Amino acid sequence: MRAHIGVWGLIAALAALPIYYGISDLTSGYTSFVNGHEVVHHDLSLLGFNLLEGLSNGAIWALIAIGYTLVYGIIELINFAHGDVFTMGSFTSVSLWGAFGLTVSTGPLGLVLGLALTLVISMAVCGTLNVLIERVAYRPLRGAPKLAPLITAIGFSFVLQNVGLLWHGGEATGVSDLIHEGSKVFNISGVTVHRADVLAIGVMVPLVIGLSWFVNRTAAGRAMRATAQDPEAARLMGINVDHTISLAFMLGGMLAGAAGLVYALYETNIWYFQGFQAGLIAFTAAVMGGIGNIRGAVLGGLLIGCVQQLSDFRIGPEWTEAVVFGYLILVMILRPRGLLGEETREAG
Amino acid sequence: MSELQAQLKEWRDGFRARVPRAPRWLGGKWSRLGAPLAVAFMVVLPFLFSSMSSFINATTVSLAFVVMALGLNVVVGFAGLLDLGYVAFYAFGAYCVGWFGSGFFFDAHVNVLSSAVSGAIGIHLNFVLILVCAVIITSIAGILIGLPTLRLRGDYIAIVTLAFGEIIGSVAVNGQNIHLGGGETLTAGNLGISALDLPYFPGLGTFGLLGVRPWYFLILIIAVIVVFIAVRIRDSRLGRAWIALREDEVAAVSMGIPLVRTKLKAYAIGAAFGGISGVFLGDFDQTVNAGQFQFSFSVYVLAMVIVGGLGSVWGAVMGALLLSYMNYYLIPDVLNTLPQTFGLNFDLTDLSIGIFGFLMVIVMILRPQGLFPERRRRIELAGEVAPEHPELEQPSAGGVAI
Repeated sequence: MRAHIGVWGLIAALAALPIYYGISDLTSGYTSFVNGHEVVHHDLSLLGFNLLEGLSNGAIWALIAIGYTLVYGIIELINFAHGDVFTMGSFTSVSLWGAFGLTVSTGPLGLVLGLALTLVISMAVCGTLNVLIERVAYRPLRGAPKLAPLITAIGFSFVLQNVGLLWHGGEATGVSDLIHEGSKVFNISGVTVHRADVLAIGVMVPLVIGLSWFVNRTAAGRAMRATAQDPEAARLMGINVDHTISLAFMLGGMLAGAAGLVYALYETNIWYFQGFQAGLIAFTAAVMGGIGNIRGAVLGGLLIGCVQQLSDFRIGPEWTEAVVFGYLILVMILRPRGLLGEETREAG
Repeated sequence: MSELQAQLKEWRDGFRARVPRAPRWLGGKWSRLGAPLAVAFMVVLPFLFSSMSSFINATTVSLAFVVMALGLNVVVGFAGLLDLGYVAFYAFGAYCVGWFGSGFFFDAHVNVLSSAVSGAIGIHLNFVLILVCAVIITSIAGILIGLPTLRLRGDYIAIVTLAFGEIIGSVAVNGQNIHLGGGETLTAGNLGISALDLPYFPGLGTFGLLGVRPWYFLILIIAVIVVFIAVRIRDSRLGRAWIALREDEVAAVSMGIPLVRTKLKAYAIGAAFGGISGVFLGDFDQTVNAGQFQFSFSVYVLAMVIVGGLGSVWGAVMGALLLSYMNYYLIPDVLNTLPQTFGLNFDLTDLSIGIFGFLMVIVMILRPQGLFPERRRRIELAGEVAPEHPELEQPSAGGVAI
């Protein structure tokens, strides 16, 4: 009985905002300016636009959230430095495309090749960085009290923020809008899809599919799942647990690097503190989806992206943070282990 | 056991039987010995420096953080509930000063034993009354925040408390748009509520803004009281219930420990300490600004508790002193002038967060259990047996089941 209330309550809670605004758009309508004239619309295209923007924004959160979820699934650590690894991804990408000579006027072929190369290098850099952090700050603390690595994670987060501060200064820096993120690609029944949306979703989907394939189909992926379930038993079965943990950090870091590049192109500005906020949102997404679960992290990221956009447009951007966290609390009350979560080791 | 050792043991036992034992409420050997010495040292300390000294200023802030850390230690250390939204109680405490100790609510004319002139606009309560209000308000807030976490476990508690902390921070920022009627708003947002009443005690007079010594002694008294309360609670029935819940919830509940009440008491008491410290910090800073209530504050206090040694009262005290000295004295006043002392033209200010983070990593790697770990945890970690319980010694390797 209680479980039923939980599931239905959850669905009601998740759908409340879009349904409310959908009905209000259809009945009382919304105004927009067409050729300087105020026009009242009675359709769902504004809602569709909000949700599309939400999904593309959420795609970035999903990429970062996977990093939290992979690490948490294996060593039950909230990797506070992960958001800052993502910042490093953005900074590296911007420096790289500067080095490759990509500018706003670069032709399409050069742009695609240059950005693809940037993506690969940024992913490699962030993956390596994450592995190094694990090696230096978390591995010496295996077997230490559970919260000790949390503090080294926070310490490394500060160190990386300082690196970012020295690299690009304390203010948000605008970067060149390489892909002309605001230009229209196509139109679906009144909802304009921009290049930025295509980029974010186009990078996220193949990476997530690749990751799922890796985790579910390869031997290394199986080792990861085994270690997540029971590290001791995995060790007894001949799995090198340390390597497996490094691998999880590597994969998480790579996705954060990809997210860093997408973010820089999408938002066209970078800031040493961007990773802090993004990390908080992505961690929330991972928990909302059920921490330790990759599909859950993606779902949580996309959901939070949509909630953010709806709140930005309809309630006011200054309340977005409160709305997102309010949603999180609702989900946690109705379904304490997250949307797709299973019982964790600790809880079981 | 050799004959000599046996003889020594006999003498020692005989001596112990004859000498009257100190009352238990004075705490263990180290607390009995160390606490009076530490307090005496802290009383003398400000007279070794000028009344405007930046060191004493840093010490005053550090002592306020000691109170904060002790509060969070109740929740995270004693009860084992990872709270990442502790900043909420700092905010509530600070807003208590803002609301009840300034001209912020300009329609009201209330003055109860405060330093404000009679008939001044706003609510002006005496500092002690504000403390009482803060304790009541933050305890209620602590319980309300604790309620939704009762069904949750482990790190899910962390994220829900974090969410509450962020929501309260965001309400503080946007509070200038929340109208209470009559033109009054909930908070002053990022503009901050300033011109707060200075503490006033009948017979002692009003605190000044220039000399830091009265503030120092005020927070020292508060800190000593809070340390005493923390030690007493830890050794009480409630404290043992917390530890039992922390170690094994199922076992503790089946032994008859009321889960809901015990957990909520931890939230309420931890929150109250945070509120007390928030009142002091708000008044000491002379502004209550929404920008102060960030997630990083919660992280900072949590770092103090963990660096000190989770669950240990003296650990929390030392962790708070260490990290806040690092942040308010060592890095701004000592380290940043170091290059100039050596004649180098090099500014360390840009590196201060990095240095702080690096020191945190080093401390944790060198002492993962914290600087002064709780005895129970020390036993768990090292399999080491406390001298007064030799019967627990087991020949097998690994931890001892408590």
